[in-house]
Amino acid sequence: MYNPFSLENKTILVTGASSGIGRAIAIESSKMGASVIITGRNEERLKETHARMEGNKPDYIVADLSNSDDVQNLSENITSLNGLVNCAGLTKVLPFPFAERKDFEEVMKVNFFAPTELSRLLVKSKKLQKSASIVFISSVSGVYCSAVAGSIYSSSKGAINGLAKAMALDLAPKGIRVNCVNPGMIDTHIFSEGKITQEQLKEDMKRYPLKRYGKPEEVAYAVIYLLSDAAEWITGSNLLIDGGYTLL
Amino acid sequence: MELQEFITNFANQFEETDSSVFTKNTVFKNLDEWSSLLALSIIAMVDEEYGVALKGDDIRSANTIEDLYNIIKSKK
Repeated sequence: MYNPFSLENKTILVTGASSGIGRAIAIESSKMGASVIITGRNEERLKETHARMEGNKPDYIVADLSNSDDVQNLSENITSLNGLVNCAGLTKVLPFPFAERKDFEEVMKVNFFAPTELSRLLVKSKKLQKSASIVFISSVSGVYCSAVAGSIYSSSKGAINGLAKAMALDLAPKGIRVNCVNPGMIDTHIFSEGKITQEQLKEDMKRYPLKRYGKPEEVAYAVIYLLSDAAEWITGSNLLIDGGYTLL
Repeated sequence: MELQEFITNFANQFEETDSSVFTKNTVFKNLDEWSSLLALSIIAMVDEEYGVALKGDDIRSANTIEDLYNIIKSKK
């Protein structure tokens, strides 16, 4: 069947695959024919993702990307990739006067330094094949807008966006493409610590022209596009997925 | 942890509401200046000053400043 978005014969590494957007990317990419290597901190939840994937399923790799040894080990465990999806991330909601360096460091470690270093190691060791695609899960926050008490998260996502553009230039000679997807609020457990109440989230949802938050799969479909050969001339771009949020 | 000191710390998060407005009986969510940012500032202040991680629902269930003080005390 004609399908320019197929991921057949591609091996793809997805970080943060134990939950939320990363899990959806892993499952949907496997359904599109990719051989997906998943990694995350929580083995139980990784197993659950693994069980829901289809087709050829390589072993999952447990790794805590806030730990630089784990990042190094992960890259050494990989042999060859056609795609890398940097999805692992966390948020810390603090009004700016309370956002201390240690808070920025905690988030930057996972949202910025880990994907940067993992990508670098995989590129340098030539494990990312020619015409491979690297996708960063950025955000609307820090690129198009921000949110109350969002300075830490916004900084990390803004940094990723800048990084992706420079990487796209430096990796173009290798034929490696680098792009970001920029989701608005997606229905995941990112606010499970409870500083934001369910009521506040429901109120916030009304600010979206399409009147709901996104689903993890809706980010996955965009990532699949950027991983596929259909996006072979796309590099350094941002793909906005926000239900119209940033129009207002 | 003392109630009076807590009221002062609470009041310090506000910019426009005069500190004389704040007593243990103040129904803080009725103040004009109350906002989601202030709720998050109170949560952050309580974490910093008292080492207690409040949830948004704790703020929701408290009416007066004293109610919130008692919630924090029960979590210490």
